[in-house]
Amino acid sequence: MSMLSEPSTSRPFDVHGKPGERTSAPATTGRRDLVDPALCRQWLRDMLMIREFENRCMQQYQDKKIGGFCHIYIGQEAIAVGCTAAVRPNDPIVTAYRDHGHALARGMAARHCMAEMFGKIGGCAKGKGGSMHMFDREHHLYGGHGIVGAQIPLGVGLAFACKYMDEVIDGRPNSRVALAFLGDGALNQGAIHEAMNLAGLLDIPCVIICENNGYSMGTSIHRGTTMGHDIISKAIGYGIDGYVVDGMDVLSVYHDMSAIVEKCRRESRPAFVDMRCYRFKGHSMSDPRKYRTPEEENQYASDDPIGRLKLHLEERGELPEAVLKDMQKEIRDEVREAIAWSEASPEPPMSELYHDVFVEPHGPFNGTSLPQMLQGKDLR
Amino acid sequence: MSTVTVIDPTMTATREIEFRDALREAMSQEMRRDPRVFLLGEEVAQYNGAYKVSKGMLDEFGPRRIIDTPISESGFAGMAIGAAMMGLRPIVEFMSWSFSLVAADPILNNAPKMLYMSGGQFGCPIVFRGNDGAGGQLGSTHSWCVEGLYSNVPGLKMAIPSCPEDAKGLMTTAIRDDDPVFFLESERMLGMKGHVPEGDYLIPFGQAKVRREGTDCTLVSFGRPVNFCLDAAAELAKEGISCEVLDMRTIRPLDIDSIVRSVRKTNYCVVVDQSWSFGSPGSEVASQVHQHCFDDLDNFVHRVHSADVPTPYAFNLEQEYLPNARRICEAVRSCLYRA
Repeated sequence: MSMLSEPSTSRPFDVHGKPGERTSAPATTGRRDLVDPALCRQWLRDMLMIREFENRCMQQYQDKKIGGFCHIYIGQEAIAVGCTAAVRPNDPIVTAYRDHGHALARGMAARHCMAEMFGKIGGCAKGKGGSMHMFDREHHLYGGHGIVGAQIPLGVGLAFACKYMDEVIDGRPNSRVALAFLGDGALNQGAIHEAMNLAGLLDIPCVIICENNGYSMGTSIHRGTTMGHDIISKAIGYGIDGYVVDGMDVLSVYHDMSAIVEKCRRESRPAFVDMRCYRFKGHSMSDPRKYRTPEEENQYASDDPIGRLKLHLEERGELPEAVLKDMQKEIRDEVREAIAWSEASPEPPMSELYHDVFVEPHGPFNGTSLPQMLQGKDLR
Repeated sequence: MSTVTVIDPTMTATREIEFRDALREAMSQEMRRDPRVFLLGEEVAQYNGAYKVSKGMLDEFGPRRIIDTPISESGFAGMAIGAAMMGLRPIVEFMSWSFSLVAADPILNNAPKMLYMSGGQFGCPIVFRGNDGAGGQLGSTHSWCVEGLYSNVPGLKMAIPSCPEDAKGLMTTAIRDDDPVFFLESERMLGMKGHVPEGDYLIPFGQAKVRREGTDCTLVSFGRPVNFCLDAAAELAKEGISCEVLDMRTIRPLDIDSIVRSVRKTNYCVVVDQSWSFGSPGSEVASQVHQHCFDDLDNFVHRVHSADVPTPYAFNLEQEYLPNARRICEAVRSCLYRA
């Protein structure tokens, strides 16, 4: 194995901890093998897709096609892709506002994700949610939530419901696990602590994944969070097993998460993951990133999760140049098509203003209906 | 979609039970009928409910469906909302609505907005219920009337029964409703006795009930103050003033048609609302009555609210603070130019 593709243990810059600081984490699987090369190529494709989508999102934002807040996932692609690969398609997922990557990794078509940001009727939420609020019932994505940390009680509730449906209603052992994502900036919100206590107390099979990119907007983790070098200590306080995973490496994410998820499924217990990563862009589109140095950014950029997987495949002769080129072209075409489709998609009609407020029509409220992307789909 | 069957309570067997029994009967009957329904909250299970509303339910349904939670409103309200998004039908008990303030984010930002923000993908069939209102000498932080705060938010329904019969009928409807329902009870009324129908009993939302017929002035109220209105109406009858008392039963949806019908008959309207006056259901009702009955009114709509101060502890001050029968009588006399 090449040194470049190994997780770096001696970075001059380490946003997650000072040199020599240890964490309470038990050893993770340490596995980084390729599994099935075809599957790894699919992950590479998924990660390249998110990267291309997000790059084009930034352009669309600058062209004022996208309004509001827009949080870019570049640098963290290995997490959404690796975690999604480690769970079953019907395991529910909930995340915060940096959610485009999760939506795409879960299987939402790029056009519905883009159209949502364009505020068009073809968006996943008919243009009523925007960038921070991606929902996909077919792919068991329960949002996209804008209030920092608020999605973690919801995620614990999703896992509670899975267990309740299996054990109380159907009288069989629990079969599903929920994934609830948060950023390290959410670690100090009361809601997540209440949710962790409940999950630990009630044996709820929810994996709480902290995408720890080291910054809560412009505040580094060490300026805002006690025990920032060892955040799993917070979960341990609630009786929840904690793990540290290299979130810049999709193979580590996949292998470690597979083991963690299956343990939670088997034991019907929660877990907490310190998923260490780096956000290559600003907190949102309006962030000039003056709180970190170019040297630090360059160091992490040279450790790009996409570069790592590419190298892995190339070293094993599993990524011929022609295959990569075709893949990149397909992705470019797909995102270009998603933008054109979103531009062509109509604005929501005015009848949508009072639509989806209540299920049952009454007064000015004219009922509810599914978005375009789910019409005719089998939703169980 | 739930089918609403309205059963005339005069046509079915009733017996006299307490308000708290009526609430429990509705919840238990719905839990027998639908395995997706469960109850969670502080002290609801082993303690048999802080106010004994859930007494005996743990024995019948077991700890998987009657769930004791830690004192953690934001956490368990959010957890229940996540469960509702997946299609379960949680009933969340707040020991007091005053304690719901620490859960404001999930109950206001998630439950009522989920259907809209997800473009119709995820609804939130959930009931939040608990004690609302002053009167128990608990001091201001424990005496919240949340009607004004929460009814401002679109996407939720708000039911507020004034008697045991309505407690059962509205609770059953709340549990079967596909949208989030904020259900406001009153600790002061839990021991109130009344005739309540046995078996399935649903009262549709958005249908006011005339509690007392009258010709001179319409009293519009909801929840516990409806009873103050009935006391006031009895007192005013001695002076020859005939009041019609309308019990709205739900604040959202609001049955404005019934109010308009009554005001067109009496030409006077007094709204009695236990929340503070500024930006309240009472001010909303007054505004709508002025809009719909401008030419029918012989005076502007008068309002009786809790005093615009933090709820006092001292017994005499708290009683005066409430929209009590004496203050209602004064408002009616003033409205009818008989002060």
